[in-house]
Amino acid sequence: MTADTEVPPIVDVVPPIVEMRGITIRFPGVLALDHVDLVLRPGEVHSLMGENGAGKSTLIKALTGVYSVDSGTITVGGAPRTFASTADAQEAGISTVYQEVNLCANLTVGENVMLGHELRRGRAIDWRATHAEAARHLQGLRLSIDPRSLLSTHSIAVQQLVAISRAMVTDAKVLILDEPTSSLDRDEVDQLFAVIRELRAAGVAILFVSHFLDQVYEISDRITVLRNGALVGEHLAADLPRDVLVTEMIGRALDDLDALSRTAHRPVDRSGEPLLRAEGLGKRGVLEPADLEIYPGEVVGLAGLLGSGRTELVRLLCGADRSDSGQVAVHGTTIKMTSPRHAMDHRIAFSSEDRRGEGIVADLTVAENIVLGIQARRGWARKIRKSEQDAVVAEYIEALGVRPANPDALVGNLSGGNQQKVLLARWLATAPELIVLDEPTRGIDVGAKADIQRKVSELSAQGLAVIFISAELEEVLRLAQRIAVLRDRKKIGEVDSSEIDLDGLIDYLANEGKGSAA
Amino acid sequence: MSTTTTEAVRVERPTSRVETFLGRHAAMIPTFAAVIILIVLLAGAEAFLRGDFITARNLSALLLDNAYLLILAVGMTFVILTAGIDLSVGSVMAFTGILGAQLLVSGQPVWVAVPAMLAGGAAIGLLIGVLVQYFNVQPFIASLAGLFLARGLAFVVSLSSIRVEEPAVLWLQQTRFRLGDWYLTPTGIIALLTVAVAAFVLHLTRFGRTVYAIGGNEQSARLMGLDVARTKVAAYVISGFCGGLAGLALTAYSGAGYPRNGIGTELDAIAAVVIGGTLLTGGRGYVLGSLIGVLVFGTIKTIISFMGAEQSWMQIIVGALLLLFIVVQRVIVSRSERRR
Amino acid sequence: MTHIWKHRLFWPLAALITLIVVNSVARPRFLSITMRDGQLYGALIDILRGSAPLMLVALGMTIVIATRGIDLSVGAIMAVSGAVALTVIDGSNDPSNLGTVLVAIAVAVLVALVLGVWNGFLVAVLGIQPIIATLVLMLAGRGVALLITGGFITTVNSDPFSYIASGYLTVLPFAFFISVAAIVALGVVERRTALGVLTEAVGINPEASRLAGVRSRGIVWGAYMLSGVLAGVAGIIYASNIKAADANATGLFIELYAILAVVLGGTSLAGGKFSIAGTVIGVLIIQTLDSTILFLGVPSAQSPVFFALVVVLVVVVQSPRMRRVIGSMTRRRSRPEPDPDPERDRERTGVAA
Repeated sequence: MTADTEVPPIVDVVPPIVEMRGITIRFPGVLALDHVDLVLRPGEVHSLMGENGAGKSTLIKALTGVYSVDSGTITVGGAPRTFASTADAQEAGISTVYQEVNLCANLTVGENVMLGHELRRGRAIDWRATHAEAARHLQGLRLSIDPRSLLSTHSIAVQQLVAISRAMVTDAKVLILDEPTSSLDRDEVDQLFAVIRELRAAGVAILFVSHFLDQVYEISDRITVLRNGALVGEHLAADLPRDVLVTEMIGRALDDLDALSRTAHRPVDRSGEPLLRAEGLGKRGVLEPADLEIYPGEVVGLAGLLGSGRTELVRLLCGADRSDSGQVAVHGTTIKMTSPRHAMDHRIAFSSEDRRGEGIVADLTVAENIVLGIQARRGWARKIRKSEQDAVVAEYIEALGVRPANPDALVGNLSGGNQQKVLLARWLATAPELIVLDEPTRGIDVGAKADIQRKVSELSAQGLAVIFISAELEEVLRLAQRIAVLRDRKKIGEVDSSEIDLDGLIDYLANEGKGSAA
Repeated sequence: MSTTTTEAVRVERPTSRVETFLGRHAAMIPTFAAVIILIVLLAGAEAFLRGDFITARNLSALLLDNAYLLILAVGMTFVILTAGIDLSVGSVMAFTGILGAQLLVSGQPVWVAVPAMLAGGAAIGLLIGVLVQYFNVQPFIASLAGLFLARGLAFVVSLSSIRVEEPAVLWLQQTRFRLGDWYLTPTGIIALLTVAVAAFVLHLTRFGRTVYAIGGNEQSARLMGLDVARTKVAAYVISGFCGGLAGLALTAYSGAGYPRNGIGTELDAIAAVVIGGTLLTGGRGYVLGSLIGVLVFGTIKTIISFMGAEQSWMQIIVGALLLLFIVVQRVIVSRSERRR
Repeated sequence: MTHIWKHRLFWPLAALITLIVVNSVARPRFLSITMRDGQLYGALIDILRGSAPLMLVALGMTIVIATRGIDLSVGAIMAVSGAVALTVIDGSNDPSNLGTVLVAIAVAVLVALVLGVWNGFLVAVLGIQPIIATLVLMLAGRGVALLITGGFITTVNSDPFSYIASGYLTVLPFAFFISVAAIVALGVVERRTALGVLTEAVGINPEASRLAGVRSRGIVWGAYMLSGVLAGVAGIIYASNIKAADANATGLFIELYAILAVVLGGTSLAGGKFSIAGTVIGVLIIQTLDSTILFLGVPSAQSPVFFALVVVLVVVVQSPRMRRVIGSMTRRRSRPEPDPDPERDRERTGVAA
C-alpha cells in the first residue's frame, strides 16, 4: 500500500506540462521561497510535502497567479508564462481546489460548476442547457446529484468533488488539490481518490497536498519535499521510505541547542494525583477521543506532524474549542472546560500556535500585552497599578531577554522570537500550574529558541507542568520527559523520552500501529 | 481496493418533492414569508377596517404612491446582494429630482434633463463604487460620503422647491391607463419595467450571477476567475442610476423638485429589500422579493392612514419587521454555518 | 522634530489650527471674545457651546468603534431622549421647577440607557452585525419619539431646562461644561481603569483577547450602553437649545458627523486603538468647518458637500492603496508589501502551510 501499483513507472519519458525553475519569492523580511523547482507531468499524481512555513502554499500561489515571483521561470506546456491573476492561470489550464472549498454556498451545484461559463442563447443564460452541461461534468466524476440543488445542502466531500467538476469545465490540464482530504472521512477519501485516479488516467497532472502520510503514499507517484522555503528533494513515491520522508520534512537542526542538557532525565513524581487528567477527550471530525495526564513539574511533549491532532488536542484541553466527548479533571475534580477563561481560572495557560492571529495584540505595547492575562483575570475595574505593572514587565523582560527591552514598544514591531517571549511572559505572569505551549519556537531565530527552551526547562524544575508542542522532534525529545505521539487525528501512543532516540521517534510516528490505523 | 472505490457512486437518496424543492429553493423562504405577510396584511385590513380596503383603486394607488421607492429598492437589491449597502439613494433621488427640475425651468428640453438626471445618479454611484472597490472603503462609509455629497448638491442646485411645468414629465404621472377601476401610470410602468429588467439581469446574465457569487463569497468569486471589481462597481452605478430614475418618478409624482425630498428614504428602501427576503449579508434574495417588500411597506402605510393612526407607527412597525427579518436571517445563517 | 509630526494627533491638530488661522485671517473678529455681563461671547465660544451634542455622541461613538462596531441609532436616541424629557416637563404642573427638570433629565437618560442596552444585546449577545443591529433603532427610534410627543413638536417654557443649552456657568456656557465633564469622565474611566486597554484589545484582536481570558461580551455591551447614555444627554441639550422636541429634526445625520469626527481624530474604523483627545479635536474641526462654511456665505444646507469632500479625502488618504503609493514614494523599498493574503483568515490555523 505504499505506491499505487497500477501506475507505470516510466512517467519520465512524458514531457512535463508544468516546469517551475528557480522560483524565489521574497516578502518583507522573509525569503518565502528560495530557488525552488517543481515539475509536473501529465498523468501523474505529485505530492507536495512540508511542515508549516515550508512554502507549499506560496509555491501553489505562485503557480496559480496569486503571487508574482521575484525570480525564476514558470513554463506551461513548453511556453514560459507569467500569470497576473487566477483567471489567467485558469485559461492556461491550471485549476485549483482549495481545502476551504472556494465555491459559493448560496448558489446551486450546477451554477458553481458553470459560473462564468454558462451556456447562453443570445444574451440570456440558457439554464436548462447549463444545468444539463453541469450534470454531464458531475457525471464525469460519478457524482449523480441534482445540479439544481443548493451547494450548501451537500457535504464538504461532495462540494470538493463539485469544485473538481468546475476545474474540468475549464478543461484543466493541471489540477491542484490543496489539502482536499482534511475534512473528509475514509469513504469520502476513497471516492475522491477514485476520481483522482480517473483524472490521472485521462492525462491530467495532479498536484496533491496533504498532511496525511498514508494518503500521500496511497495516491502519489512522485513526492517533492520543501523545508523552510527551500527544495529538499524530489522522489518517486515508491522509492521513498517513510522515515526518510519524515526526516526530510522536519530536518535535523544540529545547532548549539544540543548543548542544552536534556531535562528528560530529571525524574517526575507520579505517585500523587495528576495535575490534569483528560479521559476520552475528543471532537467529531477533529480528534478521536484521547487520554492524557500530566503531573506537576513534568514536561509532556506532543509529537506528530501538522494535522495529526496535536493542536486540536490542546485546544480542547484548554477550552479554546469545545469537546463533544470525554472529560477533564484538574487535581482530581472533573470540570467542564468551556472557555479559555475557565481554564485560566483553574491555572491553566494556553499559548496558541498562531502567534499573530491568536496570540499578540499587535497594536498594544509590550507592557500591555504582558499584563493582559492578569488584567483580564482581575476585571476591568481593578487596573493593575503602574508600579506593579512596571515591576512585572521589567521582571519578565529581564528574565526572558525580550529585545528591545522597551516596555512601550508596539508588539507588532518585534521579531517573532521576541513576540513569543512576550506571550510566554503574559502566561507566566498569571502564575499558572500548567502551561500549554503550542509551537512556541516556530519561525523564530536560534537564540530566542534556546532562550525559550531554557526557560521551559527551568520552570518545570520549579514544579510547573508544561505541555510542549513542536514540529521539531529533537526539541520535543530534549525537553519532554514523556512524549504523546499523534497521527491522523488520533493519539497512537506514549513513549518515555529517555528510552527513545530521534530515529526511534520518527519510526514510531511514521509506522507505529499502521496496519490498524488505515 | 481501487476497483471497489472506482465504482463508488454518490447516489442521491430518494427524496420527497418537498425536500427537493427546499433543497433547491431554501433561499426563497424569506420571500415567501413576505408574500404571506402581505396577504395577511391585506386580508386583515379588509376584515377589520371598513371592508373596502381591497379595491382596484387602492391597489392601483399602492403602486403609484410607491413607484419611486420600488425603483430605489431595485437598485438597493443589487448592492445588498453583493454584501454592500448604499445609504446615498434617498439623497441621490433628491439631488437628481431638483437637478431635473432646475434644468427644465431654465429651458432645457426633456431629452437633456432626463438623461442628465440619470447620469448624475450614476456618477455618484460610480464614486461610491470606486471608493469601495479600489480604496477598500467600507460600503457604509463610502455611501455615506455619497449621501452627504448628493444632499449638499441638491441644495447647491436650489435651496427651495422648484415646480415642474414640463408636460412630458407631468404626463408620466397624470396619464392613467385604465382597465375597469384598475389603472396604471407611466411611473408605475417604469417601476415595473425596472423590476423586470433587474430580474432578467440578475437571473439570466453572467453579470447577474456574478453579483450573487460575490455576495456568497467574494474570495471564491475572485478565485473562480470572475470579474469581481467591475461587477461590484457596476452594482453601485446601477443603484445610483436607479436613484436618478426614482428622482424622475418622484418629480413627476409631486410635480416639483425639492431638495429636502427623501431624507431617510434610504432606510425605507433597505427595509423593503430586507423584508422582501434579501439577506443583508449578501448573496441571497430576489428582486421580486423587493417588489413584495415595497408592497408590504406601502400597505402598512395605507392601513395606518386608513386607521387614522399616527404615521409614526409606520417607522416603528417597519423597524420591528426589519428586526424580525434580521433575527430570522441570523438564525438561517448560523444554521447553515453549523451545517458546514 | 520628527517625533512631533509622527504623533497621531499631529495631523488632526494641524488641520484644526489651519482652520482657525484661515478663519482669523479672513475675519479678524473670529478670534475676538467679548465680555458682557460677566459672560464671554464670540465665534470661538459659539463653537464650544454648539459642539456639545456632537461631542457627547462622538465620544460614545469612539468607544463603540474601538470595539469594531458602529452605532447608527444615536440620532434616533437623541430624538427619543428629547421627546421624553419634554413630555415629562410638559406634563408637570410646574415646568419651571428645578426638581421637575431633574426628574425629566433622569427619566430621559434612563430611557436612552435602555435603548443602549437593547443595541448592545443585539450586537454582543445575538451576534448581529453592528451596522444592521443599530439600523433597527435608527429606523424605529424616530417613530417612538413621534409617538411620545403625539406627533407634534412639543415646546416648553422652562427656565431651568433652557439653562442647559443657553445658560452660563460663571463666564462660560453651561453646555461647554457638560462636554468637558463627559470628556474628563470618559478619560478617567477608560484610562484610569483597565477598560480602555481591554476595549482596544478586543477591537484589535478579538480571538487573542478571548484566549487571554478577556470577557469581551460585557465590554462590547457596555460600549453601546455608554453610547446610548451620551446620546441621551446630547438629545436633552439639543431639545433645551430649541426649547422643543422635534422628533424628525433632532440629531438628524448626527451619527454621520460623529463617525466623521472619530475618523478625523485618528481612530480607525477597523477598531482597536482609540483616542479621546483625537475625537475632541475631530469634533472641533467639524464645528469650526461648519462655522467657516456659514461665514463663507454658503447656506448651511449646502455644507454637506464640503463634509463629503472631507470624508472622501480622509478615507482615500487612509486607504491601503494610497498608503502603498505614499510609502513607495517616501521610502526606497525593493518591493511593496504584498496584498494582505486574502486567504489568511480562511485557512484553518492548524493546517496552514
